[in-house]
This record gives sequence, structure tokens and C-alpha cells, in this order.
Amino acid sequence: MKKSLTWREYVITRAIKVSGYSAIVFVGLIFFFLLREGLPVFGEVPISTLFNTRWYPIEEYYGILPLITGSLIVTIGAALVAIPFGIGTAVYIAEVSPRWMREVLKPLVELLGGLPSVVLGFLGILVLSPYLRVLLDLPTGLSALAGALLLGGIAIPTIVSIAEDALDAVPRSYREGAWALGATRWQTIWRVTFPAAKSGVLTAIMLGVGRAIGETMTVMMVTGNAPVLAILPGSILSPVRTMTATIAAEMGEVASGSVHYHVLFFIGMVLFLISLIVNIAASSVVFRSKKRAERILS
Amino acid sequence: MFLFIFLSLSACGRASDEGSAEATTYIENKGSDTIVNLALAWAEHYQAAHQDVRISVTGGGSGTGIAALINGTVDLANASRQIKAEEIEQAEANGIEPVEHVIARDAIAVIVNPENPVSRLTLQQISDIYSGKIDNWQDVGGEDRPIVRLSRETNSGTHVYFLETVLRLGEKKNKTLFSMDTLLLPSSEGIVAEVRQNPNAIGYDGLGYVPDDLSMIAIAAKPGGEYVLPAVETVNNGAYPIARDLYMYTAGQPTGIVKVYLDWIMEAEAQEIVAELGFVPIR
Repeated sequence: MKKSLTWREYVITRAIKVSGYSAIVFVGLIFFFLLREGLPVFGEVPISTLFNTRWYPIEEYYGILPLITGSLIVTIGAALVAIPFGIGTAVYIAEVSPRWMREVLKPLVELLGGLPSVVLGFLGILVLSPYLRVLLDLPTGLSALAGALLLGGIAIPTIVSIAEDALDAVPRSYREGAWALGATRWQTIWRVTFPAAKSGVLTAIMLGVGRAIGETMTVMMVTGNAPVLAILPGSILSPVRTMTATIAAEMGEVASGSVHYHVLFFIGMVLFLISLIVNIAASSVVFRSKKRAERILS
Repeated sequence: MFLFIFLSLSACGRASDEGSAEATTYIENKGSDTIVNLALAWAEHYQAAHQDVRISVTGGGSGTGIAALINGTVDLANASRQIKAEEIEQAEANGIEPVEHVIARDAIAVIVNPENPVSRLTLQQISDIYSGKIDNWQDVGGEDRPIVRLSRETNSGTHVYFLETVLRLGEKKNKTLFSMDTLLLPSSEGIVAEVRQNPNAIGYDGLGYVPDDLSMIAIAAKPGGEYVLPAVETVNNGAYPIARDLYMYTAGQPTGIVKVYLDWIMEAEAQEIVAELGFVPIR
């Protein structure tokens, strides 16, 4: 079998294999780089300072807790906005709307996904945050809520696009089977199509939330960037400072190799770990549900 | 014509086609966002009169400009603060001796929304507002509204200057910090946009960047002292308490075209532009 491969096939299979492994190599290299630049922090800043509640790097206050909670609250808020709307839109486009409408809606949603985040940030400063301040009678509209709404808007197109593909890929025979058994349209969507497309839908959510947590420009413009610990649910209405905005705002100015520089890389490590945990959690859910589906089908 | 060739050769070695009479000389100018509009206006005027010189101006912050000077990538670094001792050390380690030139003066205006009835504060009151001791406009003679504190990011020269001069009242041992809930906005425009639409907000910005539709606060250096509004005269006669010098740094004593350009900046023609942009001319 192997002998029959020509040298050309050999080269091509190798090339494909290398490009497959390259992703692993790149992730490994990036993580190695982050570790190399971030780990020295433990020799320079006491842990108690690092996991403290005040961030003011020019006076050597390096407490990163406000930044972590800031990122989390904005991301959770964005997920709460984006998941229901995104999945709802995907279900509508894939299952409910007539075919011609799908041809119009899908490209439009994808166009929305191509909107530069700095443009959204401008809208946030000039329209959304003044509106939120008046509507909710807040001291200022530059808040975690403004960030969460805009990030939700950024995550929705990703979620819609991928979830719709997953729903659309469910074989028509599944739906016809459900209808033949007398299921209503809603029962078909909720009990048949949706579970069949579950892993794709979860991937969509994961990528959408991943976009939200890594987004920088918009949050830097609309969240106010005040490094306040955000642990109460009410913190969503006050200004927060996220990890991404901190790195973006301060990295350009910092002397390479200084303590502040190492702390910023340490924040990058934390961000990387959080994305990794989200990814692993999501793929383990997908993996488990696949196994269950295989068991039922066999 | 001979002079042109001489200048472009002796300048910084960046002339694109040395030897020809049309040789273009480039000046790289980078740094403080406070100075960037002024530097752009100077560059435009100078280039209009000197077709053979191309000046590229970028912002990014005082620290960014000085870092670029240390790395040898710019000819002129704009800074709204004096160079720090560490930065001088770093420069010397790279074999560069930074030389300071005062090119204009700047006043920091404290701004509020026009709806806010508060029009005058003492330096101490502003310090207490920003450090979080005063949380409501009522306490300084205004309406019953929460105070929203706006500041530039910590990498801004204006931020550091405001911290040292206003929050710490210029006292070296004073360790007052900004209240944790101070909003740190990445640009002057961000502060202006928020103050314009939010009657709770207080912000600060270079006098040259305050639009007409916002109110400036008259400031007294001491309680019971005279309240002074920022203006060219009050800055030049030293009555307004929050004013500072603006700098350009060169690597070593300037030579060639950079020297010619710096000398022009000090002349009346260039200093008129300083006044037009709301800064304060040095003479």
C-alpha cells in the first residue's frame, strides 16, 4: 500500500501534515513567549500585590483583580446578550424564514460581522452611552453595560453565521421524520434539529464569546477604564477596566523589560488561560454529547 | 543651491537622492498627543515655505516619543513633561545625549458641562474631588449630583502632570492617588465628548483642546486666593496655577536641518501659530 504512493503524494501528505501540526506549534510558541515574558513577574512583585484590588502601574500598584473581574463582567454580559439573540436569529434564518429571506439575511448579518470595532466604539461614545445614562439615570453611561451591549453586537454575527450553518447541515430527513410523527414545527426545532446540530451551535457560542473576551478597541472606548473591582451584579452599571484594554492602553508606553512590562505579559497569560479554559470546557461538552448521540444511534 | 546640498548632506543622512539640487530632507517628529496638533501646524507652515523638507509628525504620548528618540528612530521627540532620570540613563546606555528645548507653554483647563453651575474651585477642592474625598457637586456649591471624574490614561504626560501639580498640590512627599473609580479615557476627544453630554462630569485637558461649548473652571491656588481663568495672559504672568512648559528633545545638540527647524520654531512667525492653537507662546 505504502509503496504505491508516488513521491508527489508523499510530499503533499507531508505538507498537509505539517500545516496541521503548525497550529499546535504556533500556540505552543505563543504560550512559551508569554511565559518567558510574564513569569519573571513572580520574582519582582509579591503575589499579595499582584492579586490585590488597586491597579495604578505608574506608582507600582499592580493589583490585577479589578482587571480580571472587569473582563469577566463585560464578557458575561455580552454572552447574555449575544447567545439568545444569536441563536434565535440562526434558528429563524435556518428553520423559519423562507429561502429568499435567508439569501438576504445571512449576507447582511455577515456584513455586520465585518464592521470595524472602532466604528462601533464611536457609536458607543456618541450614541449608546449618553442614551444609557439618561435612560437608567446613571452617573455616567461609560460602563460595563455599554461594553457588554456592543460586544454582544460584535459576537452575534459570529454566532448566527456558524450556528445557522450547523442547523442547515442537519439532514432534511430528520425534520421530515419528526413531521411525519406529528411533531409541530417548534417541537421539531427544539427536540430534533437543535440537538442534532448541538456541537455546531456550541462551537458558534464558543467562538462568539471568544471574540467578545478578546475584543479591545470597543471596550477601551466605552467602558470608562476605571480599575474598580466588579463583583456585585450591580457593577454592570458602573465603569470597569478590562484586561485587553489595559494591555492595549499601556503596552505602547512601557519600557521593555520593566516590571510593568512583565505584569502586562502576565495579564496576557491570564487572558490566554481563560480562553483555554473556555475552549476546553466547551469541547468537553461537545465531546460528551457526541458520545451520547453515538450510543443512542448504535 | 549649494547651501541646499550642504544642508541635506549634513542633516541626518536620510536625504533620498543626495547630490541633486531637489534633494529632500526628512525630519521625523513624534511624541506627546498634547503637542501633536501644534507640531503638525508648524510642519505644514515650514514645508509650505521649504519644498525640500518633509516633516512627518505622529503622536502617541510623551513616553512614546522619548522612547523613539532613545531607540534612534526620530529626530525630534515632543514631550509635555520633562525627561525622566531613567530615560536619560537608557539614552546614555544607547550612546544618546537628550537635549531639551522649551518650545511653548501649556495650561491645563479643568472643564465641566455648561449646565453645571460650578464655575470656580480651589486647587485643594479639585484635589479632593479627584482623590475621592468629595463625591457630590453639592459639596463644592453645585447641584445634588454625583461627580464623575474623567482623566487621561496613565501613560499620558498630562495625567502625570495633573497628578503631581493638582492632586498632590506640587508637594513631593504627598502620595495622594486618583480615586479608583476615576474614568481613564484614552484620548482628549473622549474626555471632551463625555463632558459635553454629561452634567455630572469633571475633566481636564490642555487649554488648546477645550472647545467653546464647555465651561472652564476658574482656579485659586490657595483658599481665599484670587480665582483665575486659564488664558494666554494669565499663564504668561504666572497667575494661573496649572501651567507647564512643552518640550522638544533632540539626540545631542541639534545640527543641520533639525537645528534650522528648531530655530524657526523659536521665531515670532512660528510662535504666532502657538497662540492660534490656544497654547501660550514662549515670548
